[in-house]
Amino acid sequence: MGQVRAGPGPDTVTREAVTRMRAAPLSPLAAPALAGPGLSVRLGRLAFLAAVFLAYAIVFAPIVMVVVTSFFDQEIVTFPPDGLTIRWYLNAWAQRDFARGFLTSLQIALAATAIGVPLGTAAALALVRATIPGRGFINTVLLAPLAVPAIVAGSALYMFYLRAEDWLDMDIKATLGGLVAANVLITIPWTVRLVTASLAGLDRAAEEAAANLGARPLTVFTRITLPMLRPGIVAAALFSFVASFENLELNLLLVGPGRTTLPVAMLSYLEFRMDPTLAAVATAQILMVTILMLVTDRFVKLSRIV
Amino acid sequence: MGTLLLDGVSKRYGEAVAVDRVDLDIRQGELVALLGPSGCGKTTTLRMVAGFIEPTAGRVVIGGRDVTRLPPYARDTGMVFQSYALFPHMSVADNVGFGLEMRKVARAERDRRVAEALRLVRLDALADRLPRQLSGGQQQRVALARALVVSPAVFLLDEPLSNLDAKLRAEVGLEIRELQKRLGLTTLMVTHDQDEALAMADRLVVMEHGRVLQVGTAEDLYERPANTFVAGFVGRCNLLPGAREGADVFRLTSGAAVPCAPDAAAPGGLLAIRPERIEVAPDPAGAGRLRAMTYLGGRTEYHLDLAGEAIVAVSPTPLPDDPRRRLNAGDPVRITWIPDAARVIPTADAASVTPTPEKSPAR
Repeated sequence: MGQVRAGPGPDTVTREAVTRMRAAPLSPLAAPALAGPGLSVRLGRLAFLAAVFLAYAIVFAPIVMVVVTSFFDQEIVTFPPDGLTIRWYLNAWAQRDFARGFLTSLQIALAATAIGVPLGTAAALALVRATIPGRGFINTVLLAPLAVPAIVAGSALYMFYLRAEDWLDMDIKATLGGLVAANVLITIPWTVRLVTASLAGLDRAAEEAAANLGARPLTVFTRITLPMLRPGIVAAALFSFVASFENLELNLLLVGPGRTTLPVAMLSYLEFRMDPTLAAVATAQILMVTILMLVTDRFVKLSRIV
Repeated sequence: MGTLLLDGVSKRYGEAVAVDRVDLDIRQGELVALLGPSGCGKTTTLRMVAGFIEPTAGRVVIGGRDVTRLPPYARDTGMVFQSYALFPHMSVADNVGFGLEMRKVARAERDRRVAEALRLVRLDALADRLPRQLSGGQQQRVALARALVVSPAVFLLDEPLSNLDAKLRAEVGLEIRELQKRLGLTTLMVTHDQDEALAMADRLVVMEHGRVLQVGTAEDLYERPANTFVAGFVGRCNLLPGAREGADVFRLTSGAAVPCAPDAAAPGGLLAIRPERIEVAPDPAGAGRLRAMTYLGGRTEYHLDLAGEAIVAVSPTPLPDDPRRRLNAGDPVRITWIPDAARVIPTADAASVTPTPEKSPAR
């Protein structure tokens, strides 16, 4: 791109340089003057590529480290590794807590997504379409779970659950219901954000066209609006699921014996052992999320929404 | 099939008046175009007919039925949107069949009518495609078929050609017009493009600032513009200030006396004359002067000066041996026109609005 130039700017400079070079006897300085503009453009491109590479390296380094260390054949990670092994994967598989935690997390994340996405979608619709007072305030409240540190929210929920248990005289903490309710909080901001964005980009003329063709409002919604929002809703479900599945801090105080999420189980394991088993579990999770993203991307182009 | 009547339809947004007491009567099978610059209220008027905007005052009557307070789905209109507004997740056939489905037409009958509509717009081969797999022109034909298939009482076109490239525009415009005539569709169309409106419509409604300035055939508007706005908006027009001096003499402010059409109704204001009605000839004794001549292939434009007044004239490019071909900037020329070609019209302020009588559209 930097080589072929039709514009007058660089051309003139080059020609000037050439003239100067002809006029003066060939000096070592003349050659760089001739290559001047081309070189700076090339250097700029190089710097840009280096910056891009660096950014990707910083983003991917932790992930790569986790995956690599999961195969190291020693308990305390040192470089270079003594050898490569898959025994940490076998160990992880053997830990009953991880298997149970995985199932619990899966259960909670699925339920929270199934409840949170419809709620968030409804909220997004109201925020974008209806004229409601205090729209900005409601929007902020719905997005708040993303802004408040999860450990703070978790503590608050913990205290609230204890109070509620007293009043209602029933178990909430460490029940499936209590955990799902807490995780719905995580899914709503994602859904509101993504569906709001989808709604903003939706061509309302299509809805008008449907109405013009005789569709009543409910039919317009189910036949036109919802299908057109599908990419946003699918993305919202994906991100809700992942955010809930990998959440540690919010669930930390709300889990109990016999009902522990995978991240909390991993933290408990870390209290007594410091071997790459956790790296193996994390690698399995990374793999799961990647597959989930790739499969989703097959149906809706995530890059177009997020 | 039906008629459309707008009776004093207005739309106000607080203090702002978007549409101001529009009266319009469209006969069965007629194509009427709302023409005006953006913001003139033409689209608002169309949307009030479709039912997307509720009028502040007035009535919308379709086929004798007052639909002013009815929601869009209960009105019998078929609208083609500027953006086409196809349903992106449905095939071409499902798009076209949607209106029939809403009308609970049985499957077999629906398929038959969809196929027929797609044949009408020559898209029968693409019935299974998704809208995004079609070109702009094809998408537009799907939108046409989708609106036509339900046989609406009134057919509504919102800037139907604006999203097509210039080459397709004239062709598609003719095609729509042909279809509209063949099916006898009562049609209201919105456009800001005067060529489009002149080529397609039986009658045109020129709007500005929410008001109807003139209603008439293409010839009415071009030959007998009601005011300077219409004269300037429909075709090009020289507007020369001055006052009538005799039955067929107009005295320009700059002093020159020029011929004009005798018309007792218009005592003063501006003299409107179309560029192509002006004859230009080299004449050493001529009162005019050629400032510039622009060769445009088939036609030539002359930028003239008549006693300080700038005038544009257009003629088919003269043959090579014509003396006009040898004109140079600064040359004296004779500028002539027949009196009937120059009409004295009032300026376009609101008080002087004089719509052509509704009941006699064709003269």
